[in-house]
Amino acid sequence: MLDDFLMRAGLAGVGLSLATGPLGAFVVWRRMAYFGDATAHAAILGVALALAMDLPVGFGTLAVALVMAVTVSTLSGRGWAIDTVLGVLAHSALALGLVAVSFLQGVRVDLQSWLFGDILAVSRADLAFIWGGGALVAVLIVWRWDRLLVATVNEDLAHASGIDPNRERMVLTLALAVVVAVSIKVVGALLIAAMLIVPAAAARALARGPEAMALLASAIGAAAALAGLWLSLSFDTPAGPSIVAAAAAGFVIAGVVGRLRA
Amino acid sequence: MSLLSAEHVTVRLGGADVLSDVSIALNAGEIVTIVGPNGSGKSTLLRTLLGILPVSSGRVTRNARIGYVPQKLALERTLPLSVRRFLSLPIRHSRAEADAALARVGVPDIADRQLADLSGGQLQRAMLARALLAKPQAILLDEPTQGLDQPGEAAFYRLLEEVRRDTGAAVLMVSHDLHVVMSASDRVICLNGHVCCEGTPRVVSNAPEYRALFGLGTQGALALYQHDHDHTHDCGHDHA
Repeated sequence: MLDDFLMRAGLAGVGLSLATGPLGAFVVWRRMAYFGDATAHAAILGVALALAMDLPVGFGTLAVALVMAVTVSTLSGRGWAIDTVLGVLAHSALALGLVAVSFLQGVRVDLQSWLFGDILAVSRADLAFIWGGGALVAVLIVWRWDRLLVATVNEDLAHASGIDPNRERMVLTLALAVVVAVSIKVVGALLIAAMLIVPAAAARALARGPEAMALLASAIGAAAALAGLWLSLSFDTPAGPSIVAAAAAGFVIAGVVGRLRA
Repeated sequence: MSLLSAEHVTVRLGGADVLSDVSIALNAGEIVTIVGPNGSGKSTLLRTLLGILPVSSGRVTRNARIGYVPQKLALERTLPLSVRRFLSLPIRHSRAEADAALARVGVPDIADRQLADLSGGQLQRAMLARALLAKPQAILLDEPTQGLDQPGEAAFYRLLEEVRRDTGAAVLMVSHDLHVVMSASDRVICLNGHVCCEGTPRVVSNAPEYRALFGLGTQGALALYQHDHDHTHDCGHDHA
């Protein structure tokens, strides 16, 4: 009874949560929430540039997300307050992206689908891209887990243990760029940050350790993706927002369960 | 050979020399305290010795395994982290080793508590336990007693003396509270961008450079504490 497109959509959601679980945990711990947002907004510019240059969209979003990530690191290193840097770059990139889209002649751009995602239109190639990117990020984070964790707890402590916190921050930034690039099709530029933060925040209420929190975040993200798809199918609601709504429900439930247990 | 040394080190941050021509050395088994007013470059010196900050000129040499206790941990409530997990970051230690380290610093029962739930004193001890697990030859501490009350402070310095006695590790710490910490030290380095004076606590507290920086008032407190140290308990009450 599972149609093929629905199967692909479900697999896309689950593949994405492989990466968004642990990465989202770090985004929450390091207060990078707005950073995820900014990178995602900039990705719209990547979509426009890729379409204009006849390149794969995933490539364009990845490139712009990477440039964005490096620019933010550089500017904040020069003493600009991080929220100012992000505010300038995120909204400028989004605006430039929207302007650039309007210049595209002969290419029909369904802006709605880039802003809100279109998980039901996920192709086999998209699926390979999502699982490839998701697995890459998951492996990267597992590999460097302890180093990332020390750098998150205290940068000087990391230094004293022979770990370069700047390198670890760059690892997370790059991982974030990859996740944004692969997930823009699934949940769209406006809701990617939600998929990073909401499951991780929900997991916090239940977890007693960092590893448990990351794994739980992945599980909650995957469950939200499937529940959101079901919601979308049953009530004919837009898929991306339905997934985020399901994750938000998970956040509320986890909060209540966590309080009852405490 | 000293465990750790800075030779003619100058550190420039944001266009200004925070440290200029600073030379210090930490030798095996000694307790050295760096004192100085706010902005005198104490933490900068410690972070330079650890290799966190680059030197503009001069040379830093480290010949020892170093345990580091940072000034404070800005703990995010969103990060669930037990003391036991923290002790194994990033080098894993067995349960027995971790329990022994916590017992050594006088907090045997906190292994399963969340780091964010600890009091200031417990957190300092947990960080010291983590540093000790690396079996350091030198322990560097940045303002380790900030936020502790005076008895807590005195107890922490006594603990450091015990640790030095048991493990032979040298201790280098930065402090801005003067009297208690100084009398617990073998050697005091008075810093104000450069090394003003250096020597035993008594020598430094009588040095004109030190008095110029801190005034004469601290002398009385040091004298009081040293009486206390000599077990003339009738004077000890004046602390409070």
